[in-house]
Amino acid sequence: MPAEHDHAAGSVAATAGSAKLAGRPPASRPAVRFDRAEARLGGRTIWSDVTLNVAPGEFVAILGPNGVGKSTLVKAALGLVPLVSGTAVVLGRAPGQAGREIGYLPQRRSFDAGLRVRGIDVVSLGADGERWGVPFPGGGRLFASRRAARQRVNEVIELVGATGFAGQPIGRVSGGEQQRLLIAQALVRRPRLLILDEPLDSLDLPSQAGVAALVSRVCEEDGVTVLLVAHDVNPILSYLDRVAYIAQGGAVSGTPSEVITSETLSALYGTPIEVLRTSDGRLVVVGQPEAPARHTDRHADGAALPW
Amino acid sequence: MVTSGLAAGAGGGTALGWNIGEDIRQLLAPHFMVNAFRAGTIVAVVAGAIGWFMVLRRQSFAGHTLAVVSFPGAAGAILLGISATAGYFAASIAAALVIAVVPRSPGGRGYSSESAVIGTVQAFALACGALFVSLYGGFLNGLTNLLFGTFLGVSDGQVTILLIVAAAALAVLAGIARPLFFATVDPDVARARGVPARLVSTVFLLLLGCAAAEVSQITGALLVFALLVMPAAAAQQLTARPGLSFVITIALGLAIAWLGLAVAYFSVYPVGFYVTTFGFTAYVASAIIRAAAARLARGRGLRQAVAA
Repeated sequence: MPAEHDHAAGSVAATAGSAKLAGRPPASRPAVRFDRAEARLGGRTIWSDVTLNVAPGEFVAILGPNGVGKSTLVKAALGLVPLVSGTAVVLGRAPGQAGREIGYLPQRRSFDAGLRVRGIDVVSLGADGERWGVPFPGGGRLFASRRAARQRVNEVIELVGATGFAGQPIGRVSGGEQQRLLIAQALVRRPRLLILDEPLDSLDLPSQAGVAALVSRVCEEDGVTVLLVAHDVNPILSYLDRVAYIAQGGAVSGTPSEVITSETLSALYGTPIEVLRTSDGRLVVVGQPEAPARHTDRHADGAALPW
Repeated sequence: MVTSGLAAGAGGGTALGWNIGEDIRQLLAPHFMVNAFRAGTIVAVVAGAIGWFMVLRRQSFAGHTLAVVSFPGAAGAILLGISATAGYFAASIAAALVIAVVPRSPGGRGYSSESAVIGTVQAFALACGALFVSLYGGFLNGLTNLLFGTFLGVSDGQVTILLIVAAAALAVLAGIARPLFFATVDPDVARARGVPARLVSTVFLLLLGCAAAEVSQITGALLVFALLVMPAAAAQQLTARPGLSFVITIALGLAIAWLGLAVAYFSVYPVGFYVTTFGFTAYVASAIIRAAAARLARGRGLRQAVAA
């Protein structure tokens, strides 16, 4: 068992996985690195002593029960939540300094069914939405940069398989289709790091599988590092290079086979969890304390955030 | 404007004929009608542009309140003996600031707390307007004009002020247009991308205050929606393409304003009624067109499915 837990001390050393990998020659500087990091919100320690190394091009899932601070970890990586101790480095810079190179998909946001704006418009905002001024209509005919931007938008829409519905008002397409469009929006600027907060939440099973396969394809083909927050590991487990589990106060990270064991997960969650191996070698996690009824916890937690 | 005594003479001596050229010549013969068309054009463009964002942001209630607030502003200004135009702008812009500083519930867009505050401000403003009117005493005709609009007696100076404010408002809107659109459609990502959402929405409320004050001077405080909401709502029904629906909004606004003024000139009834009626017609027509198009598309899809 690679991970050592000390729940009495209120923190879990998360170095087990990285210690194992220390024997391997480092491919390059890590894309994301947390070192004994601690975050507080409203005077409450969300997690502490979190150490996490994500190598470039890896597909990493951040897992754990609702309300333990998975989204806070993502926001710390984005520089939206400051660390009270420890350090974080994202793409070689301090969090918040690598803005243009990060594609970020916040926790599930839904579009009003009456919103009369097309999917393609929402994707285009990913390219230049924060720039001041007004997008000059028909500028594509005059400016090469506008033409290139438009081409890139069409390219990512095709990449995520959204060509068929990108012209419809975004409020009218299904949840899975919206999620594809939002992933396209996050990809428009060719980010080196893609951060997805619960992209599979409230999608039906086929959509979950489709989006998971899409993210894995983007990670592999374009060499994008992916940090994906989820509370259910099963739909993505077969694609993952590394997992980081956050539970009460601390975290454990490593390769799936290191971390996803009955012992580790049971200790993390404090409740019996079984990890089964299917006939074709896939892992399945059974018995996570993850009932849909607890979704409200997370949103209540989110509402307490200062924004 | 409000102080004009020409109201009774509007319909006198004019008759609508079948010769359109002659009708237009007659329409533009009096200088006050030329000014009315200038003012109507300026107001229709600025209301269309800002109203388009207002409808998209679902801030119609705020827009209505900013217009209603202009009524006590104008009534108070007349009472104090200063220009009603100044009263319109001062009141609407002050109310926009009040709405902007009200803290919204964190996380969500806070519609509920916002609308409660707006409703409170609106009711108090109307009450103040009623007080100012009764303090001034006996200008009942002026009251109707303040609430339901007039196009008579728009002075050259007033047209100039409308034009300057409109140009400034449109310039600022052009400056913030894209981040404003981003923050409206996709607030979470816009914030993560560094759009100063609070600043952008405050600036937009101020622009909305300017637009509401401008429209109030033509359609009256209670009928601003004719130019602020109806063209944008109709255009957004017709298409989900932002650029196209923006252009349709401006075109509809101009058509509604011009038609309303022209018909009002040949009639004895208030201009606000005609402008609003044409706006309403445009909205109903576009809703019918959209429903018909959706039905057509569904039918075609069904036939294709059957054929396949």
